[in-house]
Amino acid sequence: MKYERDPERIRRVLGDKVQFIQGDIAVAYGGLLAGVGFFGGYPITPASEVAEGMARMLPRVKGTFIQMEDEIGSMAAIIGASWGGQKTMTATSGPGFSLMMENYGYAIMTETPCVIANVQRTGPSTGQPTLGAQGDMMQVRWGSHGDMVAIALCPSTVQECLDMTIECFNLSEKYRHPVVLMTDGEVGHLREKVIIPDEDEMELFERIPATIDKDKFIPFTNSQTRDSKVPDFPAFGTGYRTYVTGLTHNKMGYPATDKQKDHEELITRIITKITDDREILTDVEEIELEDAEIAFVTYGASARPAESVVRMGRKNGIKIGMLRIKLAWPFPRRVINELSKKVNTIIVPEMNLGQMVHPITEYADAGCKIVSAQKIGGEMHLPDELYKILEAEL
Amino acid sequence: MKEMMNANELRKKYLVEDMMPTIFCNGCGHGNALDYVFWAMEELELDLDKVAFTSGIGCSSRIPGYINADGLHTTHGRALAFSTGLKAARPDMDVIVFTGDGDCTGIGGNHFIHAARRNIDITVILLNNFIYGMTGGQQAPTAPIGSIATTSPYGNIEQAFNICELAKALGAAYVARWPVSHPYQPIKSIKEGIQKEGFALIELMSPCPTAYGRRNKLGNIEKLWQWYDDNTILMEEYDKIMDYGTEEEKEAIKSMIQIGVFQDEEKPGFFEAYDELVDRLIEIDDKKAQGGK
Ligand SMILES: Cc1ncc(C[n+]2csc(CCOP(=O)(O)OP(=O)(O)O)c2C)c(N)n1
Ligand code: SF4
Ligand SMILES: [Mg+2]
Repeated sequence: MKYERDPERIRRVLGDKVQFIQGDIAVAYGGLLAGVGFFGGYPITPASEVAEGMARMLPRVKGTFIQMEDEIGSMAAIIGASWGGQKTMTATSGPGFSLMMENYGYAIMTETPCVIANVQRTGPSTGQPTLGAQGDMMQVRWGSHGDMVAIALCPSTVQECLDMTIECFNLSEKYRHPVVLMTDGEVGHLREKVIIPDEDEMELFERIPATIDKDKFIPFTNSQTRDSKVPDFPAFGTGYRTYVTGLTHNKMGYPATDKQKDHEELITRIITKITDDREILTDVEEIELEDAEIAFVTYGASARPAESVVRMGRKNGIKIGMLRIKLAWPFPRRVINELSKKVNTIIVPEMNLGQMVHPITEYADAGCKIVSAQKIGGEMHLPDELYKILEAEL
Repeated sequence: MKEMMNANELRKKYLVEDMMPTIFCNGCGHGNALDYVFWAMEELELDLDKVAFTSGIGCSSRIPGYINADGLHTTHGRALAFSTGLKAARPDMDVIVFTGDGDCTGIGGNHFIHAARRNIDITVILLNNFIYGMTGGQQAPTAPIGSIATTSPYGNIEQAFNICELAKALGAAYVARWPVSHPYQPIKSIKEGIQKEGFALIELMSPCPTAYGRRNKLGNIEKLWQWYDDNTILMEEYDKIMDYGTEEEKEAIKSMIQIGVFQDEEKPGFFEAYDELVDRLIEIDDKKAQGGK
C-alpha cells in the first residue's frame, strides 16, 4: 500500500510524551514524526538501534521497512523510494557510510531528497565498532567523487537526535539533497529525557511537487514556479515521465556527458542552491561568548565535556566561552571568522585527529591561535583533560 | 480485438525522439529488446504514466532513456536495490529493470540475489551479451570458457554464470531465456513477466558485434546473429534428446544454451506479504486503541 502520514497513528506508536530513551531511538522517533514512509538499512554498531526501532514501528504506521543486503543497497533503495514520492531514510556507521558514498553522490547529482543518520565510530576500516568517535566529518563533506557540498547536522543531546532528524528531513525536502545527521556512538547510546513534540509544535517541510503543464515542465533547472534554484519535484507516477540519471544531464534530464557548459551549469546550480543559503542554514549555539577571550568551538558529543569546562573556567575567573556548531556543513564561515576576531585562542576538541579544525583554521583570522584538542580510541575528552588544555593556553 | 500498430507507430508512441539516435552500434541486439518492450506494453495496454523503467550502467542500461516513461538510470549494478525502494513507495506502478550481464551479475550480483530471493515484484530484462560492452569489451561473469576479452586476451578460464539457473534456485517467480533474434518469445515472456506477481527475470541473449563478436571471430553481423540460432536449443527439446536421444544427438547438443521458460510459479510477492504483515499489526493496534477508550 502507498504510505500516507497519519499523525494520530504515529503518536500512538511512539507513546508517552516524555520518555527516557537512547539517542538512536530518538533518531527513529524523529524519522517517524517527520513522516518517513520508507526505511532501508543494514545492521551496524552503533547504529543498529535506529533500524531496529524502525523495524518495530514503521509497519505499524503503514510505512515500509526493509533490511537491505548491504549499505550500497540501502542507499539505493531510499533514493528509489524517494523518487516514488516518499520521505526516506537510512542509518549507518563508518564502514557502512563508506559504502554509501557512491549513491550519496548519486543522490546529490540527481537532487534526490533523503536522510542518512551516521552514528559515527572510528576507523580506518572496522576500527572500534562499539565506541563512538567523530570519524567522518570530512567524509560527509568530501567523500563522494567530484564537486559536491554537504548538509550535515550534529546533535549533542538525545533531544537533539530527535529534533535534528526532523530538521534533516525538512532541509532535505527543501533543497532536494541528501542530508546527513552526524551523530556518534556516544550520543547514539546515551539515554536522556526527550519530549516528543505535538503536531503543532513541529514544522514539517515537504518537497514542492511539480504542478505546471507537462509539456512546459523542465525537470532539472531553477524552479519554474518560485524564485529558487531547487526545481519542483516530478515524483514518478505523476505523469511527468522524468528521466533521472547520474550522468551529467541537461535541463531536460538527458545525458550531456561531453558538454562542458551543461556540466558547469548543473554542478554550479546544485552547489549554489545550498551555499547561497549558508547564512540561513547557519545554526550555532553561543555559550558565555560576550566577553570571552578564549573559546571552544565544538560539535556533537565533544560539546558536552567542553561545556562543563566553560562552567568550571568561569567559576575560576577565566574568560572562556564556547561556540557549538549544530550544522557543520555548509560550514558557518562568517560566525567562525567573527569569533576569531574577538577571542585570542580557539580550542577545537574532537574525537578524531583533527577534522573540523581544518575549516575552522581556514576561515579564522590569522591573528587567532587555533588549538586542535584531539582524542581518539573511543573515549570523549574528560572535563579535566580539557581543562588542562585550556589552562595551557592562558 | 485491438488493432495492432506497426513498428513505426509503436516507436512514435513510446520512443523519446529527443534522445535519438541511440548509442547502439550497428548490429547490436539491445535495440531489438527496446522494440520488444514496446510491443509488450502495447499488447498489455499499459498506462505509461504508471510504468517506471530503471537501469544500472552499461549499453543495455541506457534503454530507459529512450522510453517515454519515468526512468531511473542509476549506478553500476544497483538498479535492483533502487527498484526495491521505488516499488515499495509506489506498489501500484509497474517497475521494469533493464540491466546487462556485467551490471546485474558482476558488480550487482548481490543485489540480484537478494531481490530474487525476496521475490520483489519487478520485471528484470537482462541483456546478456557475454561481455562488458560499454567499456570496450572486458571479461564478463557470463563469458564462455575460452572466449576472448580485452582482460582475458588469452581466453577466459572462468566458469560462466548460468543466470537463469541461479534465479530459479533463488525462487524467482518467473524465469525465462531467449535470444533477441526472434521477437515472438521475448515479447511473450516480457508480457508474462510484467503480469507476474513477484520477481520476473527475462534473460535476453543480445549480440554485441563491436566488443564481443569481432574479437571472438564470430564473423559479420549476419553470421553473429546466426550464431544464436545455431547454438541455442529449446529446453523441452534438450530434455527430450537427453532422455531419449542417441549418443551422437546428445553430444551435438551438450554445449548448446537452453532457452525457454524455466520457472513460472504463483506465489506472493514481497509487497503482498508485507501488506499482510501491516494489516495484522494495524488490526491489533486499532483493537487496543478502541479498548483503551
Ligand atoms: C562503480 C563502477 N565501476 C565501473 C564502471 C564502468 N562500467 C561502465 S559500464 C560497465 C560494464 C557494463 O557491462 P554490461 O552490464 O554487461 O552492459 P553492456 O554494456 O554489455 O550492455 C562498466 C564496468 C562504472 N560505471 N561504475
Ligand atoms: S558495444 Fe556492444 S553492447 Fe554496446 S552498443 Fe555496441 S554492440 Fe551494443
Ligand atoms: Mg554485457
